[in-house]
Amino acid sequence: MAESNRVIRPLSPHLQVYRPQLTSITSILTRITGNGLIVGTVLFVWWLVAAAAGPEQFATADAVVTSWFGNIVLFLSLWAVAYHYLAGLRHLIWDSGHGLDIPTAEKLGWGVVIGSVVLTVLTLIVI
Amino acid sequence: MRYITDRKRANPKGAAHTGTEHHWFMMVSSVALAFLIPAFVIAFGRALGGSHEEVLAFFARPFIAILTGLTLVASMRHFAKGATTMIEDYAQGTTRKALIIGAISLSWAVTATGLFALAKIAL
Repeated sequence: MAESNRVIRPLSPHLQVYRPQLTSITSILTRITGNGLIVGTVLFVWWLVAAAAGPEQFATADAVVTSWFGNIVLFLSLWAVAYHYLAGLRHLIWDSGHGLDIPTAEKLGWGVVIGSVVLTVLTLIVI
Repeated sequence: MRYITDRKRANPKGAAHTGTEHHWFMMVSSVALAFLIPAFVIAFGRALGGSHEEVLAFFARPFIAILTGLTLVASMRHFAKGATTMIEDYAQGTTRKALIIGAISLSWAVTATGLFALAKIAL
């Protein structure tokens, strides 16, 4: 049985002893921002369906969306979408086989972090 | 004694027993979203803060309605697959199945609600 010949593999890095690096932090942030964006999406769809439902429903939803709570969710969503967007472009670059060496990967990492802040500020100015 | 090469043994077994199809779907949807998201973010930013009549008139415009519908469908499919990957990394067994079913259901519920709202506003 070939299955019995399996090598004992080393365990993948333990988080407790794993030195955070730009590449690992930007990777985990891609996951957090991508999945976190469901909050902003649910808020948007609730607002849209309230607009379709009628004036009273819209007044309630619009009050929540434009409140300080809604503003925080939308601001964080804006940054999250900018970050996830740039991180996604980085993945497409990697998928094409480019930029996989460490110096380039770290430059792309800073590009994603700084670029997401720049994009957020630019969007706030444009809108 | 069964002689089999390492490659042959590993052949059908990705980490989740499938792989390239899922990855390719994420690439395709991410390219679609790369075009849709900037337009949608600006559109939503313009609509936000308007009166009820203004919001209804804005989302009744064909371009805005189609853009919003496409963005919702593409982003929710992308979310369902991405969330599935995350769940597969952290949960096992029945918990994993329940969470994946929950994520897929949530993504379809959001899509259906958004498309219903758009249809009602635009038609």
